[in-house]
Amino acid sequence: MRPLTATRAPVIHRTKPLAGPDADFASAGSDASRPEPKLRLRGVKLFGRAARQADPAPSRLSYRFQRWMLTPGIRRGLKIGLPVLACVAAVGLFLAAEDRRMALMAYVADIKTSIQERPEFMVNLMAIDGAGTSLSEDIREVVPLDFPLSSWDLDVEQIRDTITGLDPVKSATVRIRPGGILQVDVVERQPVIVWRTRGGIELLDETGAHVDRVAARGDHAGLPLIAGKGADQHVPEALEVLATASSLGNRVRGLVRIGERRWDLVLDRGQRIMLPTDRPVRALERVLAVNEVQDLLERDVAVVDMRLGQRPTIRMNEAASEAWWNTKVTVGNGQ
Amino acid sequence: MMTDLYQSQRAMRQMRRQAMQRGVVAILDVGSSKIACLVLRFDGAGRLSEDNTIGSMAGQTGFRVIGAATTRSRGVQFGEVTAMQETERAIRTALQQAQKMADIRVDHVIACFSGANPRSYGLDAQVDLEGQLVTEAEVGRVLNACDVPDYGAGREVLHAQPVNFALDNRSGLTDPRGQLGQSLAVDMHMLTVDAAAIQNIVRCIKRCDLELAGIANSAYVSGISALVEDEQELGAACIDMGGGTTSVSVFMKKHMIYADCVRMGGDHVTSDISMGLGVPAAVAERIKTFNGGVHATGADDRDLIDIGGDTGDWEHDRRTVSRAELIGIMRPRVEEILEEVRQCLDAAGFDHMPSQQIVLTGGGSQIMGLDGLASRILGQRVRLGRPLRVHGLPQSATGPGFSSAVGLSLFAAHPQDEWWDFEIPVDAYSARPFKRAVRWFRDNW
Repeated sequence: MRPLTATRAPVIHRTKPLAGPDADFASAGSDASRPEPKLRLRGVKLFGRAARQADPAPSRLSYRFQRWMLTPGIRRGLKIGLPVLACVAAVGLFLAAEDRRMALMAYVADIKTSIQERPEFMVNLMAIDGAGTSLSEDIREVVPLDFPLSSWDLDVEQIRDTITGLDPVKSATVRIRPGGILQVDVVERQPVIVWRTRGGIELLDETGAHVDRVAARGDHAGLPLIAGKGADQHVPEALEVLATASSLGNRVRGLVRIGERRWDLVLDRGQRIMLPTDRPVRALERVLAVNEVQDLLERDVAVVDMRLGQRPTIRMNEAASEAWWNTKVTVGNGQ
Repeated sequence: MMTDLYQSQRAMRQMRRQAMQRGVVAILDVGSSKIACLVLRFDGAGRLSEDNTIGSMAGQTGFRVIGAATTRSRGVQFGEVTAMQETERAIRTALQQAQKMADIRVDHVIACFSGANPRSYGLDAQVDLEGQLVTEAEVGRVLNACDVPDYGAGREVLHAQPVNFALDNRSGLTDPRGQLGQSLAVDMHMLTVDAAAIQNIVRCIKRCDLELAGIANSAYVSGISALVEDEQELGAACIDMGGGTTSVSVFMKKHMIYADCVRMGGDHVTSDISMGLGVPAAVAERIKTFNGGVHATGADDRDLIDIGGDTGDWEHDRRTVSRAELIGIMRPRVEEILEEVRQCLDAAGFDHMPSQQIVLTGGGSQIMGLDGLASRILGQRVRLGRPLRVHGLPQSATGPGFSSAVGLSLFAAHPQDEWWDFEIPVDAYSARPFKRAVRWFRDNW
């Protein structure tokens, strides 16, 4: 006798669900795609359309609307344009009020400051290398920074320009070293010559740039002296002439610029060698050669005039010329 | 009158060109039982496969079906629009679904329909060539020289395809251009239909905010898709058994040479069942689809089919009918349809064709045992045809019921040259120069 319990045959074959375009095609227009409403109130559908329309055709309006929505331009507009527009509108509305704008700006400035004032960005001191004490003080004076300071606020270029603008500074590099140090490396100008003018005594470097003022010539006795208006413009030439004249030893008193045009080499005993405008070193060498042979400068000569190269001239002292007049001229064999 | 036709057909060709440029076109098969809509995307010219053979897609690789939808047809009887509002709604339904599936808006549509009393005419003409060379203008001239028969008022030319060219004594040329000869003759097949039917369809499509890019007869397009290449070449008839009509088209040398339609189809079988068994049409359709047939065997007497019903009367709702009875209802109607088809084929002179292949397609051809019955009535060489494979077509739309939709997509991709694709010779234009100037502007801008 068969048992009364129901047996269920196993499901051997189950149709494969459609996939891809077939599923679209099969489900289009059928009500399978519309699931049963979950919520029911006493057997009546709570949501959804009460009764399915017999006519599946879309209304003319919905048809047009769908076609409109499928238009590529409209789709792109809705996909990109609308969100962008919404964002712009939101931002615009937010910024429309003055106080909100101010608050936003203050907020941004706040954040900016808090980032800038992090210890990593702070500069605590300025280190100056390659400058003497007085120059360091000058630099600290012209670059008035009150540390600590954020490195965002430092204009390194401008600081360098300021420092380079100082007379005794030949060149300078300014950088912010790790560890919060503003490193200033300075190359000082070295005075090589003393220039005496009516205004005072100045020190010049080899290019003729002003280095410093000094009170007395004696403070820099080791440096050669030049004088005359416009002499600082021709310091390299003066140095050359002086180097040539070094064989004269300490007889050299200095160089005088005459008429902003040429040099006079002044020796002691009031002697003076007037050099031409061009090639003064050659002219001086000629004088030195004569001096070597004839001891010209040892004699009682006031001026050696080399201004005309073809005709070097000597001016004697008054006493010497009188002595010369009084000398009995011996002719021939001294009779 | 010919110029009017020229203009409207050329406007449709222009629309088709625009659609190809846009790359998307909809195919609409307006049938009596269903309206099928396919959305095609054209992506460049079809390429052959690597080994230069045609490949498994029969060379139809220039387009892809990206949307397909079908809906029950309403307001269409015998392949003609009878209730325009209803038809318009049905077209809208199908089109909306197809667009939704394709995810793109379609503006151009190519439609086909089956009814409207198609009538075939064979035209021919012969002209002496002006030069020795056959140029495109000469082809246009010989086409224009065809003596158009008086096909009656209220009818319009749907297709006018040059079928055969003959140059001097050489016949059977498909493309005479560039050849040398003295006289050029052409045979042309012209298909006319009722103008009202075309106008109704055009109106329906216009009311759906669509542009018509072409219109075709469904006998022709289902022949394109259901007949294989050698059948089209050697000669075959395609019988598309639709819902309201059964259309017949005869192909020879890859051209349609005859088309006709029998105003009977599967719906009539259904209504016979419905009347014979006293059931609603939907139930009759279901019974026909699942249990129908045309050959009764002894087992069919014992095969009882539940007719069903929901009247509440137990006796009435539990009625059964044997399959043999069902076959007894269906068979005379199917035979009648096939007899009519036979008459059409006889009228077309199908007996004299070298190859008498008959291909049954369309939704009605799925009746079980139909090929056996058809071979008895129509001739020995009958087969059931399914449409050609095209890219992207859903599996459920590859049945024989979609052969005209698929054929229409092939037609959209590679339309055959028709009369209006050639220039009319200048002397055939109306002589007024102003009109010609306006015409030139409209053609070129």
